[in-house]
Amino acid sequence: MPASRGIRATPLHPLHAIFLAFALALFSSGLASDVAYLKSAAIQWTNFSAWLIAGGCLFGGLALAWAIVAAVFPGRATRGRALAYLAAVAVMWIAGLVNSFQHSQDAWASVGTVGLVLSIISTLAALIAAVVGYSEQRAEGITR
Amino acid sequence: MNRRWLLLAAAAAALQACGRSEPGLDQTGSGKPPLPEQQHTLLPPMKIATPAGWNGAMPTAPKGFTVTALATDLKIPRQLLVLPNGDILVAEGAGGATAPKMRPKDIIAGYIKAKGKTKVKGGNRVTLLRDADGDGRAELKTTLIEGLNAPYGLAFVDGQLYVANQDALLRFPYQPGQTRITEKGVEVTKLPSRINHHWTKSLTASADGTKLYVGIGSNSNVGERGLDVEEERAVVWEIDRLTGARRTIAHGIRNPTALAIEPRTNALWAVVNERDELGPQLVPDYLTAVRDGAFYGWPYSYWGQNVDPRVRPQKPEMVAKAVVPDYALGSHVAALGVSFARDGGFGGAFAEGAFVGEHGSWNRQDLSGYKVVWVPFANGRPSGKPVDFVIGFLDGDHARGRPVGVAFDPAKRILLVADDLSNTVWRVAPAR
Repeated sequence: MPASRGIRATPLHPLHAIFLAFALALFSSGLASDVAYLKSAAIQWTNFSAWLIAGGCLFGGLALAWAIVAAVFPGRATRGRALAYLAAVAVMWIAGLVNSFQHSQDAWASVGTVGLVLSIISTLAALIAAVVGYSEQRAEGITR
Repeated sequence: MNRRWLLLAAAAAALQACGRSEPGLDQTGSGKPPLPEQQHTLLPPMKIATPAGWNGAMPTAPKGFTVTALATDLKIPRQLLVLPNGDILVAEGAGGATAPKMRPKDIIAGYIKAKGKTKVKGGNRVTLLRDADGDGRAELKTTLIEGLNAPYGLAFVDGQLYVANQDALLRFPYQPGQTRITEKGVEVTKLPSRINHHWTKSLTASADGTKLYVGIGSNSNVGERGLDVEEERAVVWEIDRLTGARRTIAHGIRNPTALAIEPRTNALWAVVNERDELGPQLVPDYLTAVRDGAFYGWPYSYWGQNVDPRVRPQKPEMVAKAVVPDYALGSHVAALGVSFARDGGFGGAFAEGAFVGEHGSWNRQDLSGYKVVWVPFANGRPSGKPVDFVIGFLDGDHARGRPVGVAFDPAKRILLVADDLSNTVWRVAPAR
């Protein structure tokens, strides 16, 4: 694809970008509902969290698979940037997966300190992945 | 097994790594059982004994007893009642289908636990079995009442048959000998049925027949559906037989799955299933006299004042009130049946005491329960460790059967055991 003056506006493939957008929205919403649960002890919030984090894992997993392929075949992208992106997505997804198990425990144990910390990690990692992945880049944008 | 499953199994094993049982830890008997530290593992230790057929094998009883299959091909037999004329009633069904799946866990755990259950659909009926010639096989097996809603508890008092559906206590006029009831039952009282996470409604009548007792299980493991759905759950009701008026005599009694009257003292006793997911050896299920007005701890604490941190807000004032149960049966054995020997029982070591049907565990790697035990009593109180009475329900990692309700018939001196996996009622009798 021709890039004007070496700048590519959409470094991630649109579908890949959508997967990551879902993961970012779902993990961050999960964090918000975790906080709501810890402040209210109203069970519905942890139920919301469990589904939001499960959804984050689903879309995050698709983004992760794509990121792995992109890191192995970086194309014109720089490998360093592709790896940084991959690392952020991997941290997001692994913390999310562990958090899904955490959220399968009952009542307060479904969130507690561990669940909150894992939600924060997933959310921050998703934000970092989005900043890296959505930034305008030189011609050696991270991937197609 | 392909590689994907091996990988999954390895991952599950890693997640459950700290969920191992300590072998040789005896959590049975009177007095405080040893209670290990709580374990909050990412994945609870789980082992489902998948079904295996009997293939000619039989449950085994102590020397001097024989076991026969009184009736087979039932539809999820749960609780049993022996009538004055020796006919045997079997409540068949499975409820709780309306409990909504609130989390991904509910779907996954439901799928996993279903692998240890029968594929047969519950009968929603009461079947009558008659073994008039006493050969150990029922020559008459007929549907007494059909169209019920997950019937479980049964009682017969003064010409009235009481059936505890999962949502209501029904009464049917009944003459012993009668083999069919077509009239609709009269509703004595509705029973709490919203969600019905624990749907079984256990039932027994007081010794003088004036009161009925109904055990109503909690609506969650430990409050994870919110505490507002736990109103009048984890309780035992006393119902006036003639008026239907009721009062709650015990609270915080997580899942009282079977009730029985101790014949020497006429006291009400219950077997109770305790909470899961605190580790393979927490919390022991128990057998206890149901003390009027007592609070047994659920969900705030277990075995007296052992606080469960999963419940918020916590209630120290409730924890302080919690009473200690009388007798531990072991963790996760899932006691679902209790019946006292009466009129001398089987004599000898089995003269005074209770038979307890243990459906068997899922929340521990070392399968536990899956048998009928005998709890010896003296002067109306437990007097020793439980003794295996009917075993052979396990075949390695597989289950041939899972005991539920038990019933001792003092007239014939037989013990009956409902098995809801192989859909059989077993009969244990002294060898001739």
